[in-house]
Amino acid sequence: MLGEISFALANGEVAAVVGPSGCGKTTLLRIIVGLDRDFEGSVVLPAHGRLGVVFQEPRLLPWRTVEDNVRLAAPQAGETMLTALFATLGLSEHRRHYPGELSLGLARRVALARAFAVEPDLLALDEPFVSLDAALVERLRVELIELVSHRPTTTLLITHSIDEAINLADRIFLLSRSPARVIAEVPIERPRGTRSAVELAVIREKLRAAATHQ
Amino acid sequence: MNLLLRLGSVALLLAAWFAGSHLLGPRLLPAPHAVALAIVDEARSGALAFNLGVTLLRVAASFTIAMALGTVIGLAMGRNSVVNRLADPWLVVLLNLPALVIIVLAYIWAGLTEIAALVAVALNKLPIAIVTVREGARALDPSLDEMAAVFRMSGWVRMRHVTMPQLAPYLAAATRSGLSLVWKIVLIVELLGRPNGVGFEIGTAFQLFDVTRILAYALTFVVVMLAIETFVVQPFERYTSRWRIRAA
Repeated sequence: MLGEISFALANGEVAAVVGPSGCGKTTLLRIIVGLDRDFEGSVVLPAHGRLGVVFQEPRLLPWRTVEDNVRLAAPQAGETMLTALFATLGLSEHRRHYPGELSLGLARRVALARAFAVEPDLLALDEPFVSLDAALVERLRVELIELVSHRPTTTLLITHSIDEAINLADRIFLLSRSPARVIAEVPIERPRGTRSAVELAVIREKLRAAATHQ
Repeated sequence: MNLLLRLGSVALLLAAWFAGSHLLGPRLLPAPHAVALAIVDEARSGALAFNLGVTLLRVAASFTIAMALGTVIGLAMGRNSVVNRLADPWLVVLLNLPALVIIVLAYIWAGLTEIAALVAVALNKLPIAIVTVREGARALDPSLDEMAAVFRMSGWVRMRHVTMPQLAPYLAAATRSGLSLVWKIVLIVELLGRPNGVGFEIGTAFQLFDVTRILAYALTFVVVMLAIETFVVQPFERYTSRWRIRAA
């Protein structure tokens, strides 16, 4: 399914992997976090290799509260840190709720909180905003930027949306159709949040051109 | 309304009992008040409490052994196809051995001992517990397993917070059917080879043709088991499914 792919992330860098649906992005993520072992090659994780993963579906334990879901994944997390994390993600009044009582948007936030609470050496996000409405996606994007800037975290964002990638990432890897390989690597110098519409448009065009000339 | 229906049903049962006693005579079917008096007599002498206690202890011990073993074996069989293939023929044999055969063999091989009695009861309950838990283990959600794996949850945390809650409905079903099965088999085991307990008392009463005493013990024990179901099993079930109730 995947072709020859090789790339490296710098410490604290946010990278986005963009590609057409069905090109094997999720498989790539599963290989990196160690869930899929049927591949040739090697994955080198940071020294301690603590992982925070946000799957496409929230994958929360329905029988544990929001707070317990986070604490079970991150037993070392302190109260101050959790309080701040829940506040940033707008989850403060939902700590005692069960996942079944939450909307999909809130459940996604809990999944984000869980991944951040482990203070990961690598944060892997698989289409974390898929099937949410546009306004909510925008809010979550802002929250994610806030979290990453608060505690610089090496992050790999898997997405089909070029817009999502250019808003969030320091570097973008563009994948081809299956068998996927990296057809373009686009660094973005200016920090997140200060990028002007013109700059974003230029990058978007660059990526579009690369995608059509593959 | 619900309560009225229940009370009406109990009243009807008592009326039928009175009528039956009238028709068959007090020797074959003593009237309800005669049985009530017998219960009071047995309670006064302390024999009722002692025999009930002994039987309950046997129920608790053999039930615990069967459920613990059944959960471990059922989980292993449900999650691992090699274990399942190896253990399945044994399970089928055990499932189809009549309770009486297991009891008699246990007494012959281990003597008329407490251990033999408990093992015989537990072996009768074990295969059903295994089958139920295996069903639950097959229904475990692999996506939650992956989540637990990437977050490096410890074996204990996974068991307690990921696996067990998914098995809870199956364990509740096994508990329900198990308790009623176990206490019936405990009575047989006591009748055949123990010197005390409700089963032993009923056996003695049978030899003396004392229907009043048989009914006195049987009814008291049914009431005790009903109380356990109402005050232990049902509250536990409500507790483990609290997240479902609130989600509705």
